[in-house]
Amino acid sequence: MSLKTETMVLNMGPQHPSTHGVLRLELEIEGEVIKKVIPHLGYLHRCFEKHAEAMQYNQVVPYTDRLDYLAAMGNNFGYVLAAEKLLGIQVPERVEYIRVIMAELQRIASHTVAIATNGADIGALTPFLYLFRDREHILTIFEETCGARMLYNYMWIGGLSHDIHPDFVRKTKEFTNYFKNTIVEVDNLLSYNKIFIERTANVGVLPADTAINYGATGPVLRGSGVKFDLRKEDPYSIYNRFDFDIPVGKGLQGTVGDCWDRYYVRMREMEQSLRIIEHAIDQIPEGDVQSAIPKRIKPPKGTSYARVENPRGELGYFLISDGNTNPFRVKVRAPSFVNLEVFGELCKGHLVADVIAILGSIDIVLGEVDR
Amino acid sequence: MKNAEEIFEILKQQFGDSILVMDKDSPTEPIINIAPLQIHKIAAFLRETEGLKFDSLMCLSGVDDANGTKVKDADGYDTIQGGTLSVYYHLDSVELRHKITLKVSTDRENPQVESVENVWRCADWHEREAFDMYGIVFLNHSDLRRILMPYDWEAGYPLRKDYKNPEFYQGMKVPY
Repeated sequence: MSLKTETMVLNMGPQHPSTHGVLRLELEIEGEVIKKVIPHLGYLHRCFEKHAEAMQYNQVVPYTDRLDYLAAMGNNFGYVLAAEKLLGIQVPERVEYIRVIMAELQRIASHTVAIATNGADIGALTPFLYLFRDREHILTIFEETCGARMLYNYMWIGGLSHDIHPDFVRKTKEFTNYFKNTIVEVDNLLSYNKIFIERTANVGVLPADTAINYGATGPVLRGSGVKFDLRKEDPYSIYNRFDFDIPVGKGLQGTVGDCWDRYYVRMREMEQSLRIIEHAIDQIPEGDVQSAIPKRIKPPKGTSYARVENPRGELGYFLISDGNTNPFRVKVRAPSFVNLEVFGELCKGHLVADVIAILGSIDIVLGEVDR
Repeated sequence: MKNAEEIFEILKQQFGDSILVMDKDSPTEPIINIAPLQIHKIAAFLRETEGLKFDSLMCLSGVDDANGTKVKDADGYDTIQGGTLSVYYHLDSVELRHKITLKVSTDRENPQVESVENVWRCADWHEREAFDMYGIVFLNHSDLRRILMPYDWEAGYPLRKDYKNPEFYQGMKVPY
């Protein structure tokens, strides 16, 4: 005799701490098994693109901070690159170096949150506290330089809002030395923790071809074993001067492309970011960081597309200029928005509890999903 | 690795009339203009052909060209009549490391573009967003719903240049 079964619909979110913001997931479940996931977006829609059309080019920068609020430096970076391409500005060497160091520090800060919340969501609360403690060092360095801890408005079109603080080099070096221990500590606490591996290995396996077809980028793509990083593939700014590796998922604890691989790629990426910072910090040339900032920003008619490797993946800005002081169109290709698309595919056949682990391993920020 | 001119020549040979012109006025990147109801087969060709291999759609953006005639409506607001809406496709080949930008322009009053969802899976949400913000209808799209705005938003398409803020949303006064 066969049991009569039917699916039921479970709403997760929008006010659910494990959805990392205001994301509503409509889960179609049969018992505990996920049949289908329908994400509903837009609870944090703030009309960024409409706002940007009403602003002058330089006034858009603070708005970009608020897209991926955990990696605001990276957002500034992409936008100013697109605008500088449109204007044909070459920024001074000093600015390039400081931008790269800031972007890499930001990558570490962002990955600490990603790893910490991924762990906390599935029950590992201690690494969360350790990592947030150490993220504070980076935020202090940022605060000294530009006065803000999360939303910096630091990179301006053609330069930077402030030169670095006199203590910046010393503190950054102290931090890079210090943080290496943290990585070892978290590896011991979380990466090779039996319970954590049980929760993440072989869960939410994303094959490489599916990842590419869905347009996934960043740690989500690299976790599937694809060696694709814009800093190497399509180097922007001065990334071609630095020596670093691209960590990819190898399926050390389970299958290639599972949650653990995505998590582990982030751990190893922080080490590579430390390498870049250590390499760059001694080479910062002297100079004026504001010498190339244009007095009046009025680009010629045309379009420009610039993309950067943000902590969450490929962040693209598409600008159209009609020759006025305001952009005619600003389109953001947000990495979280595109990475979230594959989420439904990953959850099929898993349990409700795994949804949390998978969502944490994709690491979305709703600020840039909804814009 | 091919540059934009070479890619344009290949497409011109293959498809003839459905490739319109290459726009080189743009200061940073050349753009290939394509007829809106031909985009699907051209996209599939770009993806599959040896030597082109555009396996990744970086970005798909809707744009309101605002090139129609401005007319004042009864309340004194500017509305745009006629003209075009456009969709820009930024393509990239991970393998061969070349890039290209395609553009289709469609009639503003009845905007219809072929969907490329089954060429690049990631076009799904991008196209939904372009529909949500500009009202561009993507033919053969499997699930064309609003994505960022509420499903029951009736005040039109917000990123159009002549969008007017509604006074009420579902009978509730919008507080600004």
